Amino acid sequence: MSAGNMHIKLKVWRQSNSNTNGGFEDYSLDGVSPDMSFLEMFDVLNEQLIEKGTEPVAFDHDCREGICGMCSMYINGQPHGPLRGVTTCQLHMRSFNDGDTIVVEPWRAEAFPVIKDLVVDRDAFDRVISAGGFVSVNTGNAQDANSLPIPKVDADESFAAAACIGCGACVAACKNASAMLFVSAKISQLALLPQGQAERSMRAEKMVAQMDAEGFGACTNTGACAAECPKEISLENIARMNREYIGAKLSSSNV
Amino acid sequence: MATSSSLDAKIPQGPIETKWSKYKSSVALVNPANKRNLEVIVVGTGLAGASAAATLAEMGYKVKAFCFQDSPRRAHSIAAQGGINAAKNYQNDGDSVYRLFYDTIKGGDYRAREGNVHRLAEVSGNIIDQCVAAGVPFAREYGGLLSNRSFGGTQVQRTFYAAGQTGQQLLLGAYSGLQRQVGMGTVKMYNRHEMLDVVNIDGKCRGIIARNLITGEVERHGGHAVLLCTGGYGNVFYLSTNAMGSNVTAAWKAHKRGAYFGNPCFTQIHPTCIPVSGDHQSKLTLMSESLRNDGRIWVPKKKNDTRPGNEIPEDERDYYLERRYPAFGNLVPRDIASRAAKERCDAGYGVGSSKLAVFLDFAAAVERYGKGEANKNNIANPSKEDITIWGKAVVKEKYGNLFDMYKQITGEDPYEVPMRIYPAVHYTMGGLWVDYNLMTTVPGLYALGEANFSDHGANRLGASALMQGLADGYFVIPYTIGSYLAKEIGTGKISTDHPEFVRVEKEVTDRIQTLMSIQGKTSPELFHRRLGQIMWEKCGMARNAQGLKEAIVEIRALRKEFWKDVKVMGGKNEFNPELDKAGRVADFIELGELMCLDALTREESCGGHFREEHQTEEGEALRDDENFMFVSAWEHKFEEEWELHKEELVYENIKIAQRSYK
Repeated sequence: MSAGNMHIKLKVWRQSNSNTNGGFEDYSLDGVSPDMSFLEMFDVLNEQLIEKGTEPVAFDHDCREGICGMCSMYINGQPHGPLRGVTTCQLHMRSFNDGDTIVVEPWRAEAFPVIKDLVVDRDAFDRVISAGGFVSVNTGNAQDANSLPIPKVDADESFAAAACIGCGACVAACKNASAMLFVSAKISQLALLPQGQAERSMRAEKMVAQMDAEGFGACTNTGACAAECPKEISLENIARMNREYIGAKLSSSNV
Repeated sequence: MATSSSLDAKIPQGPIETKWSKYKSSVALVNPANKRNLEVIVVGTGLAGASAAATLAEMGYKVKAFCFQDSPRRAHSIAAQGGINAAKNYQNDGDSVYRLFYDTIKGGDYRAREGNVHRLAEVSGNIIDQCVAAGVPFAREYGGLLSNRSFGGTQVQRTFYAAGQTGQQLLLGAYSGLQRQVGMGTVKMYNRHEMLDVVNIDGKCRGIIARNLITGEVERHGGHAVLLCTGGYGNVFYLSTNAMGSNVTAAWKAHKRGAYFGNPCFTQIHPTCIPVSGDHQSKLTLMSESLRNDGRIWVPKKKNDTRPGNEIPEDERDYYLERRYPAFGNLVPRDIASRAAKERCDAGYGVGSSKLAVFLDFAAAVERYGKGEANKNNIANPSKEDITIWGKAVVKEKYGNLFDMYKQITGEDPYEVPMRIYPAVHYTMGGLWVDYNLMTTVPGLYALGEANFSDHGANRLGASALMQGLADGYFVIPYTIGSYLAKEIGTGKISTDHPEFVRVEKEVTDRIQTLMSIQGKTSPELFHRRLGQIMWEKCGMARNAQGLKEAIVEIRALRKEFWKDVKVMGGKNEFNPELDKAGRVADFIELGELMCLDALTREESCGGHFREEHQTEEGEALRDDENFMFVSAWEHKFEEEWELHKEELVYENIKIAQRSYK
């Protein structure tokens, strides 16, 4: 069992609810083990706060294995911290040095209002999916799964886009708080598969319209989203989405 | 503890092959106009909940769905890695519905119900069809057709997968179907809501009490039927592969309102997890069973061998699974692989700093794949280095994300040194008792997926949890719920002004008030850890009567201490994860007692339930079919008091035998 000997200073955003202003609080932690995950370090902090009679820091987390997309800390100016391709829950304290000061904030975007401390409301993403991020097939009508071969390259590319965990790091990373990477990942996944063809145009139009309605910003091609994405979703998806969208608009009588 | 055997599982009559098809064509239907007036509440949005909510809404029912996470897409089904079974026989290796049925019953150590399991195998193929149609990007071969791999406890390749993210892709498929209905207004979705009780009126379930986790508001929701799709209770052990939020509260509240709890002691300890690294550990991470397709498990032949794995020569290694179980080797079922690892570590052969780990080694696979690549590309006499490079590339394509995750967590590179693994709590076969219709003992209250007990007996085979969740949600409940709701068309809207709603809501708010007002010294987290320790030590991989009796005494004392000394910070009318956690831990403590009671009562070893008093000379589980071939369904009476009801298991289509993987 590893006994920790790192000393860490934290500046953590505290905010009671969406109606009040927040601010940074300073904390100091001893006995941090390099094998701890970043969230386990917060568990230790919270136990100490409870012992002192202070309210613990609220943060979103669930699976702690990098797949549910719930954890969402903005660490030293980067969503999910310094490593590439890693969520906050899979970030370990060995990525920091003894004596470091670490600044932790919530995702910041108009479309993601703060609920409390580091917890934000990401319902906007669900509404974007509801606008068209699906194949309209009711249960019970599907043909045999192997009746429609799909070239492996297409299936793999679709899968790479489908790896998005919907955490919102792309929005948090973007200076415009754009959700283009998230939206384009879903549009790409379905546009690359034969099953997604029937609704292809309508999907692009409706999802983009909903994205705009939610108050996400525009894309100015800085690429911070893809650089910070814990699942390394490619910028190519945004290019594909733009093609899908323009193609759809040219022939559209919808939206 | 009183006992009785009076449970009717309502299995349809007739040959096993036709039970389900005859049921489907004779079950009562509800016409579209009536469906519009019938409300169904779905709690939990994992594979079972999301697929059920979407499908029932497509059919025309009014659906309300609840999840405690910030989005239905976060449910813990998302973390399933390896795959989903289906009897498609795409590999032409002799698979069939019967074989999947047989493997599942045998894998469950003859403690599952034949009728349910056969139905599961029958619909397994439809699940794959449905998911592909919904845009799930399964792994494919170069010819464009679906790829398969093997999982433990089978000798065919029937597992469909999407790299190591199968659960994620299946859940996002079900989630997109659910969000489609939300967009159409046929499902009303309640994110960040936790169910805190069920409301029964005149013997029927009529709704739930839920708490809005953002505002703290306690709400009443009425419905003609309630489906609990709330997952398993592995977090009773504190450390498990479950998500931090996974809990038993919904199922436990239902249990205390009359739903019997089936086989609570049947828990699955998964053999391949990343070992505990320190006291700070908050959860354990699984390394998919699919790794056992190619990884070989071993320990040094010498006790307390501290050399790094890659420096221990071949002839000083004990590939103990291949040695003990030559027919299935590294692909024995999970319960067997876990116990074998524990046996080696207990005997002093464990590796790593804690000595509670064994090696999972890919060196042989790298070499085999490397040579295969050389062969494919017609390269004669390739160098050893080239073989290794090519082999690693193949392994990376198959398991890359798992290797990355291992490296991220442990700081070691599994391409260079063997992985260290150890068993960890992963899944609970036990759950709310349900009949063939998936209805609990409370009319109108259903349990689907891991939340019920029905299909996996005493041990679940790999890649069968995703199958069961989607089978229940997509293909079973849409039919079986009709047999109940057809009689509800004259009921009218359920009023939440009924005195029962008022009474149950008050009980919920009183309990919250009590939790907030104790203001003791110990956080809910610390109580949870202590419960976990008791459960792991005394009701974990191996159990005995003395330990279980001690555990019951300790858990009762812990419960009393909890209600005197718990400290919940924050307020009740705001976002307060501490309060959420306190309520869940309180329920886990009560469940822990029942699990120990069940384990104590079941005087045999079967599947994941290993009683040290009942084993063969070779240390294998020793079943007692004469006295224990039944489902234990526990009825809650009072605090610390349950009545045992037995559902006798009848095997008409499978010859029961001692389970052998040798």
